[in-house]
Amino acid sequence: MKILVCISHVPDTTSKINFTDNNTKFDTNGVQFIIGPYDDYALARAVELKEASGATITVLNVGLADTEPTIRKALAIGADDAIRVNAEPTDSFFVASQIAAQAKGGGYDLILMGRESIDYNSGAVHGIVGEMLGIPSVSPVMKLEIEGVKAKLAREIEGGKEYLEVSLPFVAGCQEPIAEWKIPNMRGIMSARTKPLKVVEPVATDSGVRLEKFELPPAKGAVKMIAADNVVELVTLLKNEAKVL
Amino acid sequence: MNILVFTESAEGKIKKTSLEAVAFAHAMGGNVSAIAIGQVEQAELENLGKYGATRVLHAADEKLNQGVIQAYAAVLAKAFQDEQADVLVLADSSLGTPVGARVAAKLDASLASNVVQLPDTSSGFVVKRSIYTGKAFANVSLTKSKKVIGIKKNAAEVKEVGSPASVTAFQASLSAADFSTTITSSEKATGEVLLPEANIVVSGGRGMKGPEHWGAIEELAKTLGAATGCSKPVSDMGWRPHHEHVGQTGVKVAPQLYIAIGISGAIQHLAGVNSSKCIVVINKDADAPFFKAADYGIVGDAFDILPKLNEAIKAAR
Ligand SMILES: Cc1cc2nc3c(=O)[nH]c(=O)nc-3n(C[C@H](O)[C@H](O)[C@H](O)COP(=O)(O)OP(=O)(O)OC[C@H]3O[C@@H](n4cnc5c(N)ncnc54)[C@H](O)[C@@H]3O)c2cc1C
Ligand SMILES: Cc1cc2nc3c(=O)[nH]c(=O)nc-3n(C[C@H](O)[C@H](O)[C@H](O)COP(=O)(O)OP(=O)(O)OC[C@H]3O[C@@H](n4cnc5c(N)ncnc54)[C@H](O)[C@@H]3O)c2cc1C
Repeated sequence: MKILVCISHVPDTTSKINFTDNNTKFDTNGVQFIIGPYDDYALARAVELKEASGATITVLNVGLADTEPTIRKALAIGADDAIRVNAEPTDSFFVASQIAAQAKGGGYDLILMGRESIDYNSGAVHGIVGEMLGIPSVSPVMKLEIEGVKAKLAREIEGGKEYLEVSLPFVAGCQEPIAEWKIPNMRGIMSARTKPLKVVEPVATDSGVRLEKFELPPAKGAVKMIAADNVVELVTLLKNEAKVL
Repeated sequence: MNILVFTESAEGKIKKTSLEAVAFAHAMGGNVSAIAIGQVEQAELENLGKYGATRVLHAADEKLNQGVIQAYAAVLAKAFQDEQADVLVLADSSLGTPVGARVAAKLDASLASNVVQLPDTSSGFVVKRSIYTGKAFANVSLTKSKKVIGIKKNAAEVKEVGSPASVTAFQASLSAADFSTTITSSEKATGEVLLPEANIVVSGGRGMKGPEHWGAIEELAKTLGAATGCSKPVSDMGWRPHHEHVGQTGVKVAPQLYIAIGISGAIQHLAGVNSSKCIVVINKDADAPFFKAADYGIVGDAFDILPKLNEAIKAAR
């Protein structure tokens, strides 16, 4: 089986978000970049499938050269080779077009990614890739089992889950608890250094989205503390001041 | 401007978030057609007129009773063309968001999800969307002639602005490929307030010590008509079902009131609650980081405070 895992290179979940250049650029100062947490679940599930019944895993990232440490980490976790599409990932449509272009003719049985990136949170790339390749896309997937040419999936829905069956190939946007995040071991880290990482140039697209400017939410006011033996006051404040009861 | 709104339903009723989508489309101005897919009560369909739809379409093919992503996308793309729509508006959800992405790809439309307010059309078409899991916003121009926008909860206020509309049957031309995924079964909490749509959320963390103590949280939720939520470790340990997990890697909530009990307030948890209007934190540690993100706080033992709070709210309502 051939699995393509698409990973984004995103600010660590504890990052402070700031912008520069008149609020048009993300401030990378002091920011640590990681594999998107949802994408990390997708990768972990791919590695589990490989360990259970054999597979080759290709990781794909659309990004400039600074994403290579993130790609190497995915190789250390268990991917066999990698493709970097050498371009700034400007929006979902652009990213999806690059993924579809690489996947076409690649013979992948499974295209796994995260349910959403944690920078733009669009939750869109899997659907667009599915449409571009004319194959099903399912998201958010919390369970994935392969049975021959079919897969059994569970998808999270509001207040519960839905069980599905789908034939390979398809695209899945993954989330927990599909697998446990994997931490690379020393052997993985050593071998990742020599695994193939192919750099390709992007295909042209017209994405139809243009950034005007970023904004930060207004600062939060100070917290009002209430004595533990005075919950009645809390209720009064919620009712009359916050007006939420 | 012609606007098509995808209205999602659950158990025959249009979802509240979809009514917000209709209200949003109405507030944008222009002609609003709403489309519902699958089994929906007739009165629910007609009532879409009250919230601003001038036309209501219903794709009632029984194959569409379950939300198959590809099939729904095919229906919406055809409706978009038939209605000569310029914009598709839908409420972001576990179904709406992935469906919207496929529709945008089918139509070659500009796409934005997590939109939080009405587009600015004074020059072009600029939407404000939430990014970095609620930690920031991006104003983006949608430059293609066709547009698909997914809106976040509370992006518009549901108001009665018209009268019930008549319902037109919509004939979708579906192919076998649209049903290449089969939904075999589903499990859903019934009779409960659903977390992503709730106006009040009562959420518990590891400070609750174990699943056997959730009775007090459920009691309070019941008194408030609230949904129950939890932190990630709580669902990881199986104390609560996964769909209650709030945060960066779980459900992002946007209630009027979020009550956090025995949750420390890790940045990844806060990412899921920062769209709440009002946050109350109850924690026995005065230095818990959650207090910095709260509107009201009580330092104390949850097991002591919860029953008292429940009584005080009952008395006040
Ligand atoms: C320097 C910079 C500038 C940016 N400017 C803009 C901008 O102007 N406008 C804008 O809309 N966005 C911008 N982005 C955001 C960024 O391009 C997003 O990562 C991209 O839009 C995909 O996020 P999404 O939310 O659309 O993906 P989603 O649809 O939420 O992602 C779903 C899954 O797709 C996969 N995926 C996402 N991105 C990649 C990737 N790059 N490579 C491989 N797989 C991926 C992941 O598995 C992810 O979980 C910028 C990012 C950077 C770093
Ligand atoms: C990539 C990534 C993604 C993550 N995503 C999420 C996410 O989506 N959601 C999420 O929640 N977490 C997430 N986490 C985990 C997060 O970092 C924290 O570990 C987690 O939120 C802590 O949960 P907690 O507050 O319940 O537990 P703890 O941090 O253990 O806090 C328990 C709190 O209860 C208080 N307490 C104890 N006893 C009592 C009592 N009797 N009465 C009152 N208070 C009491 C304590 O003072 C303490 O503040 C993520 C982590 C990572 C690395």
